[in-house]
Parts: sequence; structure tokens; C-alpha cells
Amino acid sequence: MKFNRAFLVVGVIALAVAGFFFGKRFLENREVARVSEITKTSSDILIRRTAARLGREGAPVTVVEFFDPECESCRAFHPMTKMLLEEFQGKVLFVFRYAPFHPNSRFAIQILEAARKQNRYWETLDTLYQYQPQWGDHHNPRPELVWNYISKLDLDIEKLKAEMSSPEIEEIIKQDTQEGQTLGVRMTPSFFVNGVPLKTFGYEPLRQLIIQALTKQGE
Amino acid sequence: MDNWLKLFGLWFVSVAATTGSLFFSEVMMLPPCLLCWYQRIAMYPLVLLFGLALFPLDLKVIRYALPLALIGWGIAVYHNLLYYKLIPEHMAPCTQGISCTTVLLEWLGFITIPLLSLVAFTIILSGLIHLRKSYEV
Repeated sequence: MKFNRAFLVVGVIALAVAGFFFGKRFLENREVARVSEITKTSSDILIRRTAARLGREGAPVTVVEFFDPECESCRAFHPMTKMLLEEFQGKVLFVFRYAPFHPNSRFAIQILEAARKQNRYWETLDTLYQYQPQWGDHHNPRPELVWNYISKLDLDIEKLKAEMSSPEIEEIIKQDTQEGQTLGVRMTPSFFVNGVPLKTFGYEPLRQLIIQALTKQGE
Repeated sequence: MDNWLKLFGLWFVSVAATTGSLFFSEVMMLPPCLLCWYQRIAMYPLVLLFGLALFPLDLKVIRYALPLALIGWGIAVYHNLLYYKLIPEHMAPCTQGISCTTVLLEWLGFITIPLLSLVAFTIILSGLIHLRKSYEV
């Protein structure tokens, strides 16, 4: 009797754990299928012409990153994005889109987009990431500090301030937020490789997904 | 039904609630609101308390589990009152992060996460009270 009872308890635990991981797998596969279907029918929703991009245009593999300049993981992952660009030079195009999930994300994105008009997008992004712990501190955010940091860049700050709240930039943020929702972006950074969402976040999983996509393309 | 099976039933409910809530947040990526967190604090230890009290059967666990179940049940009642708008939302203590009244999930038109929590805590609380009576006699 006692043995049976121990068996029962262990069985329930095993069932709970198995159910958890089975459900996880099931939902993940369903989500990947759902998103892949959307991106297959309309690649526009994923790869907006207006989005910032790095790498070779027309490359066999397109990686779309949804990011937030105020997100710590995006900051930590950014050097790895650069490493992947280096490794797959000429074979990959990186498209950068926004998922503003933090209180000052909008502000940082507006600055970034206005800097893009002056051809200083990547320097500005690097600077924002470099000083993110100061201006984007979760307990004491001080977005006004951003002005000090970017003053060292070759930017026309007056022009940038005038342009950062333009309806055009507003539209980009709105569109990225909406389309991110449609594509199931709940965390930043979120990646899509040729329309397939990256299930497990990490450098190596992303790298493997790129290699998989390249193999599929016969590269 | 013997007391072991009754306690096993309560343990089972706590395991289901714990696994389910972790599934909602970690797999379905539904962020837990503040009140959900407080209910989790009351629910998660019950898995271990009940589990340990099954081998060998130790009904003293009622003494330790009852306060947790009572607190969790109280928060669950409050959460459901907010959720179903029986008390006004501005009384909600959740100004930061996810709102406690955002409906993230609705099965069959009425099964929501706060309702599931209330059901679980109600079963556990009433089960403990029932067990306590038979234990004291």
C-alpha cells in the first residue's frame, strides 16, 4: 500500500513535468507554424523597406531583429549580432525593427531614427547601448543624459531635436509595434530567420538557424 | 475516504496550480501581475508541505498550510472582485507593470487565470478545514 502511494505521487510529478514540456513543445511548434504562415504570404510585414539594415541587400538569408534600445539583453546581444554579420558576410541581411517595451524606449527610438536621417544610426545605437545602464537604469532612469552622450557624435543636435517627433518616425514606431504584436513578439530581442521565429533565445541557436536557412537555400 | 487520499487530493491541486501558473508565465509568456505573484507565494510552498506530509502521513501539516491557504484565498477573492469589476479598478494596487484587471486568457468564455486560482485555493482551504475537523475528533 505504501509503495503504491509513493508510486502515485511520483507518477503525478512525472505527469506534471511531462505535461509541461509537452505543452511547451506543442505551443512552440504551433507558434512557429503560425508565424511562418504569415511571413510566407506577406514578407512585407516582417521586412519593412523603411527599417534600418546591415549586410548585403538581396542576401539569401534575412534575419529580422525586433529590439528595444532600452533593453539590457538587446545591449548584451548586440556584439553577437555583429559577430554573426562578420561570420556570414555577404550571405546575410540583418533588418532592425523596434519593440518599445520600456518607459523610455520611444524617446531613444526617436533619437535613433532622427540620427538615421543624418547617417549616424549605428554610431548612435552603439552610444545608446554603451551608456544604457546610466540613462536607462530601471530604478532611476535619466533619459535626459542621452543628450550628453550623443553630443560627442558628429550630429546636428538642433536638427535632430526638430526631426525626432516627426509623424514619419511616429508611423515607424506604430507600425513596428503593431506588426511585432501580429508576429508574436513578446520579448526583446526577438529574431526571425527567413520568416521562421527563433524559439530558444541565444547566440548559438540563432547561428544554427542561420546555417539551416543557408543550407535550405543551397549555400 | 482515508485522510491520506484527502491530503493527496490537496497536494494534487497545488501541483496542478503550480505547474499551470508556471506554464502560463514561462511558456505562454503571460506576465504575472502583482496580485498573481502574491498568490503564487502562498501556493508554491504548499506543494512541498503537502508532499512531505504524505510520507509518512502527518496531519500536523494543516497547522502550517492553513495560514498560507487562507492568505492565498483572501488575495484570490480580492483579485476576482477586481477582475470582474465588482469593486472599482482605481482601488487596484497595481500601477506598475501589468494591470491586475487585464484579461489575458478566457477559456469557454468564463475560465480566467484569477478564477482558476480562486478555485484552487477554495478547494485547498475547504479541504484543510474539513481535514482539521476529522483530525481533532
